[in-house]
Amino acid sequence: MSSAALYDIAGVSFAYNSTPVLDEMNLVLQSGRFYGIVGPNGCGKTTFLDLLIGCKVPRTGTIRYKESPLASYSKRDLARELALVPQEFDTGFGFTVEEIVLMGRHPHIERFSAPSREDWETVDRAMAAIGIGDLRHRYTNTLSGGQKQRAVVARAIAQNTPVVLFDEATSSLDVKYTLQIFNLARNLVRDEGRTVIAVIHNLNLAAAYCDHLIFMKDGRIRHHGPTHATMTAETIAEVFDVHAQVTKDPFNQAFQVSFQYWE
Amino acid sequence: MSLNTTTMLRHSDKKFYFLTLVLAVCTIATITLSTGMGYMSIGAGDIFRVIGAHLFGDPGMLDGLEKTVPYVVMDVRLPRILTAALVGAGLAMSGVIYQGILLNPLADPYTLGISSGAAFGASLALLANVTALGHFSTPLFAFVGAIATLLVVMRLSTFNGQISAQTLILSGVIVGAILSAGISFLKYLADEQVAIIVFWLMGSFSSSTWTGVMLVGCAVLFGGTVTVFLGRDLNIMSLGRRSSDSLGVETAKIRVILLLTASLVTAVCVAITGIIGFIGLIVPHLMRYLVGPDNRKLLPASIFAGAILLLLADTVTRAVLPVEVPIGVLTALIGGPFFCVIFRQKQKGKSYE
Repeated sequence: MSSAALYDIAGVSFAYNSTPVLDEMNLVLQSGRFYGIVGPNGCGKTTFLDLLIGCKVPRTGTIRYKESPLASYSKRDLARELALVPQEFDTGFGFTVEEIVLMGRHPHIERFSAPSREDWETVDRAMAAIGIGDLRHRYTNTLSGGQKQRAVVARAIAQNTPVVLFDEATSSLDVKYTLQIFNLARNLVRDEGRTVIAVIHNLNLAAAYCDHLIFMKDGRIRHHGPTHATMTAETIAEVFDVHAQVTKDPFNQAFQVSFQYWE
Repeated sequence: MSLNTTTMLRHSDKKFYFLTLVLAVCTIATITLSTGMGYMSIGAGDIFRVIGAHLFGDPGMLDGLEKTVPYVVMDVRLPRILTAALVGAGLAMSGVIYQGILLNPLADPYTLGISSGAAFGASLALLANVTALGHFSTPLFAFVGAIATLLVVMRLSTFNGQISAQTLILSGVIVGAILSAGISFLKYLADEQVAIIVFWLMGSFSSSTWTGVMLVGCAVLFGGTVTVFLGRDLNIMSLGRRSSDSLGVETAKIRVILLLTASLVTAVCVAITGIIGFIGLIVPHLMRYLVGPDNRKLLPASIFAGAILLLLADTVTRAVLPVEVPIGVLTALIGGPFFCVIFRQKQKGKSYE
């Protein structure tokens, strides 16, 4: 346990009214890593992300971010540290893609200031990185699900934060754009030393891209650690209740999870 | 590329400033025109002379005018005209806020039941003849009624911590119906004062005073300041709670502040003039086609357009129609069908562009 932990999560639990969702979570996250959160539907992954960005407050326990309790940060300060790519978002009354991406600059712009040239350049770079420059003036309520998701990724990139959290952000993307987003996230970690925390359903993508994995089930962390140590047939059987085999893929040298498809 | 962006933005900003300027000029023109219209026709030049004489305290400017003209302008027409314009602006502003926060193009003070709540509170004050707080008694009761209604309607349409857009209007209509029955009951109890309540409820500007102008003016000024201050946050809140929280917006807090502000403005408008429906629905909807969804642009445009629309409607009933139709009846007759059109569009899944 190094001294400069990014997140220190101790004894955290959460419940919706009387329905417990998360129970006794203990975890330390370091900066500069690509974390993957995996687990069956309804195991509390999204709620966990909500706690990490301060959108929900734990019932018990504390979450420390950079050694200070999360609750001690203002929303604006947090938004300069953490960006979220949500699973889906409301399009409201139909802003353009450019306006949506510019909203990523909100925590950096003073209340009555107009966006500076630097803000616009950041927005342009983010849109170029995702390849949505041609959608710039399109209204978000006319976009496809995949286009919307890419606009939101661009917004999180424009937010320019040390930590980026993805909540199953590639669920409606085809294989090309899925790989594009994952490679982008990987570059954020490798080249810029940022931290990525991603909820991922596809175990092969999780195995290929993440340094560390957090396996959740029934609101608890079952296993966590380096990918090579945690992505095993036993863990998958325990957490997902399916029969799988983990091998090295000869094509890309990544871990390959194969499932027994037919009973 | 970035240069291109900046020029594009400047272009759309220019269009907005131009449009706002046009609307502001139209507002002043409508006010002048309406003041001149009526049983006694008064020219624009004479109107400005009367106003000038009052502003600068120089009776010399009235030389050569008929003796009744200053009285008609200052004491009869202007209070009513300014009240109509300010109430139109206030209701449109409330509509922008409610629609922006609740993400529902059908939301407005009337469809949410807020107007009925305010009217119920104000009726209580009128019936009980509360005068402890002077001119503020009726507005204060109206405000309490508006807030209570807002809380009940929101509670009714909240499931699992989420406000359901579908049930929101339904709840508003149900609560509004209950409150209307409550108002009828108050009228039944009112006996002698029933005429005051009945006439006031239908929405009327005929008994407007300068005090009313001041009250509504302050409410609109206050509401406008708050909304301009929080405009960018309101834009981001349209993306939903998780997104706006993660973008640094104090969503929960700002939501409460804006809902209270909109309800306060609505309450003052209702207390002064009774229930005037659909202005808060139509105006933001039309302006969104012109200036887009950005609340920082939508608000000023809607304020002017609301003033123009309600003032025109009032002028029509006052000076054009042979009989003076209560303004609330007129706006409901025009606005009701409009509501149906938006409702159909929404059902068909058509969205704003």
